[in-house]
Amino acid sequence: MRRSKYERPAHLIGNAERPRLTTSAMIASIAGADQPTRPAPLGHALSALAEKDDRVVGLSADLAKYTDLHVFRAAHPDRFYQMGMAEQLLMMSAAGMAREGLQPWVTTYAVFASRRAYDFICLAIAEEMLDVKIVCALPGLTTGYGPSHQATEDIAMFRGMPNLTIIDPCDASEIEQAVPAIAAHRGPVYMRLLRGNVPLVLEEYGYHFELGKAKLLRDGKDTLIISSGLMTMRALEAAKELRKNGVDAGVLHVPTIKPLDEATILAECARQRRLVVVAENHTVIGGLGEAVAASLMRSAVRPAAFRQIGLPDAFLEAGALPTLHDMYGISTTKIVTRIKEWLDE
Amino acid sequence: MARIGHNVSLPERARRIRRHALRMGEVQGQGYIAQALGIADVLAVAYFHATTYRPDDPEWEGRDRFLLSIGHYAIALYAALIEAKIIPEDDLETYGADDSRLPMSGMAAHTPGMEITGGSLGHGLGIAVGMSLALKRKGSRSFVYNLFSDGELDEGSTWEAAMSAGSYKLDNLIGIVDVNQMQADGPSLGVLNFEPLGPKFEAFGWFVQRVDGNDIDALVDAFDKARQHPHAQPRIILCDTKMAKGVPFLEARERNHFLRVEPQEWAEAIRIIDAGVTA
Repeated sequence: MRRSKYERPAHLIGNAERPRLTTSAMIASIAGADQPTRPAPLGHALSALAEKDDRVVGLSADLAKYTDLHVFRAAHPDRFYQMGMAEQLLMMSAAGMAREGLQPWVTTYAVFASRRAYDFICLAIAEEMLDVKIVCALPGLTTGYGPSHQATEDIAMFRGMPNLTIIDPCDASEIEQAVPAIAAHRGPVYMRLLRGNVPLVLEEYGYHFELGKAKLLRDGKDTLIISSGLMTMRALEAAKELRKNGVDAGVLHVPTIKPLDEATILAECARQRRLVVVAENHTVIGGLGEAVAASLMRSAVRPAAFRQIGLPDAFLEAGALPTLHDMYGISTTKIVTRIKEWLDE
Repeated sequence: MARIGHNVSLPERARRIRRHALRMGEVQGQGYIAQALGIADVLAVAYFHATTYRPDDPEWEGRDRFLLSIGHYAIALYAALIEAKIIPEDDLETYGADDSRLPMSGMAAHTPGMEITGGSLGHGLGIAVGMSLALKRKGSRSFVYNLFSDGELDEGSTWEAAMSAGSYKLDNLIGIVDVNQMQADGPSLGVLNFEPLGPKFEAFGWFVQRVDGNDIDALVDAFDKARQHPHAQPRIILCDTKMAKGVPFLEARERNHFLRVEPQEWAEAIRIIDAGVTA
């Protein structure tokens, strides 16, 4: 629980050690110290797509730089539209452009697209099955700026919206592959965005993104971690760590949250009876975890146990991202600890 | 210009639009008939004087786009689309019925000539901004008209769009506001005071005209000026209309946002309309 705002921090009134970590810039890097990265994968992929497809335009609500759309703006200035800090207009105007045959790529933060512009995405875009691609930075807990910027429930909200395809990519290469794939899909898409210097994780697994497909990145007989987005990166790290502890963990990456690849998920859960853990950078309410749980309940497949790793049903704290990821149990070390505990139960 | 029926006067078009709307209202026994009667003159001028379209090809690329932001005014637009021969007249017998192409609230996927899905109020002007930008990108000379209501001036999204249209100097965008002074909870200015309206839009960079929305000559002049205005700015016609115009016993109802009309009263209303203007 948060202390009263009238109580001063512990280290200022006692002998507690001064905290070392500080909140970083708005968008904290999720890359590890020695991790290979690629810059602005969305911006570069979208610029390349626009070379081949005249329909492609990019729209920003005063956040081009923070969604990597500035790369597209530099490459195609005449196809970039600054709509101002007005997310409702952002979605309405994208709908109008799509009606006239363009393919608008709309970027903002996930909190604003989901909480502020939901009605406009729902009625102006999704109900009409318009070809608008909504790509949003700061998904889940990827900033230390507190609830105003932490989109902890975006997937829960958007899963309820008919016609909308939802993508939660893991790394730079997946974003690069997803851009042409979702461009080829006719209809509205919501994609969570990792921006800046984005880690490269999946190439060593020979992975290639396919819209609507879940893919097994590594097999494991003791537990299966089903994950999306940056939690797949964490799951793969956790699996390596668990291996050192004699635990054999598989990782099934599910970048398409909707429509969910239930066939692959159920087949993997059925193939070997083991602990199934769903890991997501999202509240445990209404996201991938509950989607997988419901899918299992509708089927005859019964894992040895089912657990969720995700964010609590709460407004989260502000602070340094590593501290927060540890606090809410989505850091690699916390995943390792919890899975070992669950296997010991 | 529409290429049909040049021998029919605009007042007669307006009379027929009112008649079609009343016949649809009669199918349901109730509805947003006061709005339809009030906006009929604006629609007559829009569809039979101002806009370009092909009745047999509602999605013709060269058409002007006419957006209905106010989904519940669908009964009015259906009446105009019927009069424009974009929808066959006998469709009106199905208004609001199961499997109808004419649902109670306008939806683009249901009805020929319905450009957008309105109804969630405050959407139309922003969609019009996007369409206007896209038409400019395509080198089109078509206009985008967006018909919205004074109630939609309560919505913040309308003002986001208004600021954007001014900022982008969208001279292919023509807004039409039905200022009928009536919202769901009562008279508009008592719900939220949006006046002074003209200066507000002027401050946002629009070319503003305010006219009696039931005066056909004034409307013709306003639509002409809106299309011919030489400066690079969006245009808006603020139309002061009278709810239920043309049917005095409905005009007199104090609360007429959603009217319930007795069965014998429909015939009486149609008789009053028919006794009015003819070609």
